[in-house]
This record gives sequence, C-alpha cells and structure tokens, in this order.
Amino acid sequence: MSKTSRTSITMPSSAKKGAIIEIRAIAQHDMESGFRYTESGKLIPRDIIRTFTCSYNNVEVFKADFYPGIGANPLITFTTIASDSGMLEFKWLGDDGYEAVNQARITVS
Amino acid sequence: MTRRNWLKHIQKLGFIALGSWITPSLVFAKKEDADEAIQKITSGAKIQEGRVTLTIPPLVENGNLVVLKVSVDSPMTANDYVKTIHVIAEGNPLPSIFTAYLTPRSGTANITTRVRLADSQRVWAIAQMNNGSFWQGSAETLVTLSACTEMV
Repeated sequence: MSKTSRTSITMPSSAKKGAIIEIRAIAQHDMESGFRYTESGKLIPRDIIRTFTCSYNNVEVFKADFYPGIGANPLITFTTIASDSGMLEFKWLGDDGYEAVNQARITVS
Repeated sequence: MTRRNWLKHIQKLGFIALGSWITPSLVFAKKEDADEAIQKITSGAKIQEGRVTLTIPPLVENGNLVVLKVSVDSPMTANDYVKTIHVIAEGNPLPSIFTAYLTPRSGTANITTRVRLADSQRVWAIAQMNNGSFWQGSAETLVTLSACTEMV
C-alpha cells in the first residue's frame, strides 16, 4: 500500500552564486508516535515519516532521520549553498509505504 | 452510594497511590535510556562541551509542538564541517528525536524543527565533526501539557 500527502517547500527562486539559502520543508503527516492509546485501551500503531532527503542537481546535500519525537506535520529548516542553477528535489519516506516528492527550481547568477 | 461502589472507589484510589509510587523510578529509567542512546552515538568517545547551541522555549504550554533550533559553530568548509547532529530528549519514551546529516555544501549548521516533549526535561544536541570529535549543548524546559499521554 502506498501513501502520499501534500508537501510544501519555501526557498528563494534565485540567488547569487555561493550564497547560503534557507530552505523550509513541510509535509502533511500525523506522525502517529506509537505511544498513544485509544479510549478502549488499544495501542495505536506507529506511523511516521522516517527520512527526509534533499538533493541538489541529483547530489544529496542534506538528510535527516525522524523519530516519533518529531511533531505532526514535520517541518525542517536547513541551509545549503547556491552553487548552480537547477533543480532541488525533496523526498520524504515513511511507514506503510509513505512516499512524497517535491521539487523546486533555483536560478543562480 | 452503596457500600460496593464505595469499595470500588477506594480500590481505584489505591491504584493511583501505587502509580505515584512507581513513576519516579520510571523517570529515572528514562534518563538511563537517554544515556544509552548517547552511548550508541558516540560509542564511548569523549563529548566536549560547547560549540553546539540548542534553543527551546524555557516554558512550554503544549508539548506537542515545540520549536527547537540547533546551531553548531563551524566554518563548514571541506576540511572542517559538522557531519551529523543528534537531538536526544531524556524524558521522552523514545529519547532520539532526530538525526541530521550535513555536508560542506550546507553552508551553515543551523536546523530548525518542531518536536514533541513528554515532560519537563533537559534536551541534548550532540554534533559530530568530520574529524570525529563530539560536541554537545543542552537546554532545559518546563512542559505544562505533555505530549504522548493524551487519549484519542
């Protein structure tokens, strides 16, 4: 079974060569921790996003592993150096076949 | 109230009292879990204090969504950069919160995310540099409404 959800990227669309740009990546996900119980006392199984990766022109520049301690709708802000014009690809992978991909274009002058 | 109901109530109170007796030992065990998690990261290497700044609000009303910021003082050049950042919360049922992998192309070592905190506790950030050395920073916070414990 494969799942996906809405994701959003906030980053500048253009930058000077060598500038440090800030990227905010958010994915819509409950991040069910696996520590909660229903009212009838049944444990709710864990269902979280496990990894997030960012590749810049197909080169991985940032990666993060998530655990249940990350809040719902995980937001992560990080930086990277604007090296060349091109495409940044963001990928989230999680439990139960969850997969979400987002892309953003950047023009470097 | 009938006598039977009353007896049931007394029994419940007994359990609550028992619960409050057990809890302190559980909290203690969690601290050990966190130490174990840190041990796993460093595999016994010495951790130096400093270079890592962890920012969380000192008072948190709701532990479900706490803005956490980690920054590591590093030039982030090919010869000297931060390789990984681990965030460990000693009072959470699972101490590991996240691990970030950086490269010299990151430019800076600043990460912001939103985390869950189960209890008032100390949160640690441990950074591993490319030369293998470990640095740590921590912050303490007071949580009034805990994450994880609520029912659905």
